[in-house]
Amino acid sequence: MTATTLSYGSHDPDAPNVHDASDNYLTHGQGLRSWLTTTDHKRIGVMYLISVLTAFFLGGVFALLIRTELLGPGRTIMDADTYNQMFTLHGAVMIFLFIIPGMPAIFGNFVLPIMLGAKDVAFPRLNLASWYFYIAGSVFALLAIALGGVDTGWTFYTPYSTQFGGQVIPIVFGVFILGFSSIFTGINFIVTIHRLRPQGMGWFRMPLFLWAIYATSIIQVLATPVLAITLLLLIAERTFGVGIFDPAMGGDPVLFQHFFWFYSHPAVYIMILPAMGVMSEVISVFCRKHIFGYRFIAYSSIAIAVIGFFVWGHHMFTTQSAVANVIFSALTFAVAIPSAIKVFNWLATMYKGSISLDTPMCYALSFIGLFAIGGMTGLFLGSLGTDIHLHDTYFVVAHFHYVMMGGTVTMFIAALHYWWPKMFGRMYSERWGRFACLLIFIGFNATFFPMFVMGSQGMPRRYYNYMEQFKAFHHSATGGSYFLAVGFVIMAVYLLHSLFRGRPAPANPWGGATFEWRCSSPPPHHNFDEPPSVGDCYDFSNLVYDKQVGGYVLKTPDGAGDSEAGR
Amino acid sequence: MTELLGQLPLAAGEGSFWMPPKGSTVALDVDRVFYFIFWTSAFFFLLIVGLAVFFVIRYRRREGVEPGETAHHNLALELTWSGIPLILVFVMFYMGMKAMINIETPPSRAYEILVTAQRWSWLFTYPNGYVDKDLHVPLDVPVRLTMRSEDVIHSFYVPSFRLKKDIVPGKYTKTWFCATKPGRHVVFCAEYCGTQHSDMLADVVVHPAGEFEKWLADASNFADKLPPAEAGKRLYEVRGCMQCHSIDGKAGIGPSFKGVFGKKHAMTNGDMVLVDENYIRESIMEPQAKVTAGYDPVMPTYKGRLKDAEITAIIEYIKTLAEPEK
Repeated sequence: MTATTLSYGSHDPDAPNVHDASDNYLTHGQGLRSWLTTTDHKRIGVMYLISVLTAFFLGGVFALLIRTELLGPGRTIMDADTYNQMFTLHGAVMIFLFIIPGMPAIFGNFVLPIMLGAKDVAFPRLNLASWYFYIAGSVFALLAIALGGVDTGWTFYTPYSTQFGGQVIPIVFGVFILGFSSIFTGINFIVTIHRLRPQGMGWFRMPLFLWAIYATSIIQVLATPVLAITLLLLIAERTFGVGIFDPAMGGDPVLFQHFFWFYSHPAVYIMILPAMGVMSEVISVFCRKHIFGYRFIAYSSIAIAVIGFFVWGHHMFTTQSAVANVIFSALTFAVAIPSAIKVFNWLATMYKGSISLDTPMCYALSFIGLFAIGGMTGLFLGSLGTDIHLHDTYFVVAHFHYVMMGGTVTMFIAALHYWWPKMFGRMYSERWGRFACLLIFIGFNATFFPMFVMGSQGMPRRYYNYMEQFKAFHHSATGGSYFLAVGFVIMAVYLLHSLFRGRPAPANPWGGATFEWRCSSPPPHHNFDEPPSVGDCYDFSNLVYDKQVGGYVLKTPDGAGDSEAGR
Repeated sequence: MTELLGQLPLAAGEGSFWMPPKGSTVALDVDRVFYFIFWTSAFFFLLIVGLAVFFVIRYRRREGVEPGETAHHNLALELTWSGIPLILVFVMFYMGMKAMINIETPPSRAYEILVTAQRWSWLFTYPNGYVDKDLHVPLDVPVRLTMRSEDVIHSFYVPSFRLKKDIVPGKYTKTWFCATKPGRHVVFCAEYCGTQHSDMLADVVVHPAGEFEKWLADASNFADKLPPAEAGKRLYEVRGCMQCHSIDGKAGIGPSFKGVFGKKHAMTNGDMVLVDENYIRESIMEPQAKVTAGYDPVMPTYKGRLKDAEITAIIEYIKTLAEPEK
């Protein structure tokens, strides 16, 4: 039998749910209309993938324009006002359109219900609505560009944003709508995890990715409304002159910063937690080792989500009182511990493993190094004496990009490669995959490492013009950003190529033990013919590689691979 | 502007690879915390990356070799690698807190200077009422700054002093420092404030013992000693005119002063207005009364901030920039 003409698998619930590959969620219903009205979590995940990657491309173009302008002090390719708009749009698009929705809405949507053995999320229509809110919010936000641009920075600090700044209202309203998309996704995942876990899957038998998504969803649901209120107040002040933040009207500009960071600091954990979840899956699968310290990793996700709510004041060490500074500094250091615990547990997982360097694992290794730098440079910023010097300099820019790009984006790409065969049923070129990973790793460090030095030497952020002494650092950063761009273009090419020419993917190309590897690639519309039976999702001992299948299959009692069931 | 920036060293003397030169009393404390965190982090970074690389090489996948059997968890190990970082970050927290308390606690007696931040310039007002675009201070004497903003949030940042403080409109912000290194240090605006945010620079000039008083006395009576047009030029440079009005004909945030005097100009309401002594005076006192066409009404008023004699001096200076009739 060839891989495309398979019969149904046996009715043994342990066996993979093998399904006719031509009948899958991608072929279930034809035409644009069937996509735009779908309530299938997998299709919504793919729709999010396309729209979020479009936003990532746009934000990346803005980044390249910023880096090119900074090749020299003074004017290089654009004037100061345009530059100010570019960094505002780069920040706003990357944060609100790419990195916040990114992991939960794409990979959470695609794999969360399958990991639970469920047919869909708890509220499929709410799920579709969240995508439409995402699109509407993005359109409003990008309308600001068409109407003349906005230059407040993505933080919209008052009173600058109420007195100057350009098209503040459309972009702020867009972010307001995007918030609803985020809340809908969060509610959906919380309810799905509570209600749709299969018989026998207690909380501590869930894949760690689900713990991470659960912690993320809690933040999305609890923090986003605060941002929504803040943005509405900002619009009210700008439109009707209600004095809330502007001191000229009796308001307090620092109040805005408190409100804004009360959302936006927990939001950085919305960005990083899913990345940590993917890390826990990838590291154990590609080391063929049971994850080490499951409970500590699970609890640390929740600890990060909870403590993360009480550290927002560390964005205001140069503004607020000394007493507030001491409290927020202490809490900020506290949130470092759960992250450290995770890193040590991932390392311990590698110990005595059988480590394969497939593309997702290359990104996971790159994550360990980059996230370590990102996390530990956060210590300089949590410490009061040093933060006063480093605040609002390139040191912060570098720290943020090491955590968000070196951390989240790296694991976003790892997740894309890890689940790509499952999503589209095709294998990409491993050789090109590793090559792009290397390019991105080198380009990333060349871009952002010099920024630490620039920052600690005193170069403030959001500067159009700069001193001669920083020129060499800026050259490295700009050169590195072009490397990065080439890496991403190569990735786009080989991934798109795989869709048409890639080898058909087996059900389980990496040897994962979570449920999504038990249904065919791509999964059928309803995910499973038979609900899979719950076991230990980090036990790989009964999965063996089958050369004929090109992937992993369940071991039969006599010890040989059961290739019949694996295809 | 590029040339100008190139000539400004961050401070006299050399700094390290990571940090600029130490120019104030608190710099030593701050750098001690910085390097404590730096070396601790460097150790853990090498440990983590070293282990990861070692494991990848040692335990790379080989045909027919199954992964080793190890425990899935170990409470003692977990508590160890939670506890050690916890102790270390507590030390970092405590050191950082002590450094911050030093930065935040001014000595009881300090020399007082008022700072005004506005888009996109700094004004420093000395106790005798003299205003300068740079911050001149005596060496080894604590200086207290009382800062306010004319418009949006700015942030007073001197890297070599390890000092940064946000200046929020609607309230006074106070900070202090004691300079330990004579020479020039750069002041940045660290909080984004619009078009020329990156050009909102000034110098801190630290005078050796005894020379500060001489400088202040000398600088303060320039208006009496200099001819009005020259005094006007000084005022143009130090009182914030220069940031928006060029003298070479280039349009800035406001119209250039070159060749502006004695000619009629179109206003935003369509009127043609002759730029004479009275128009300039009115534009300084009530900038929004008649705004030249093509510019935004963004200039702050100088009512109460410039004396009559100073306004006269500025008018005389603008007159010297008029173009002769052809």
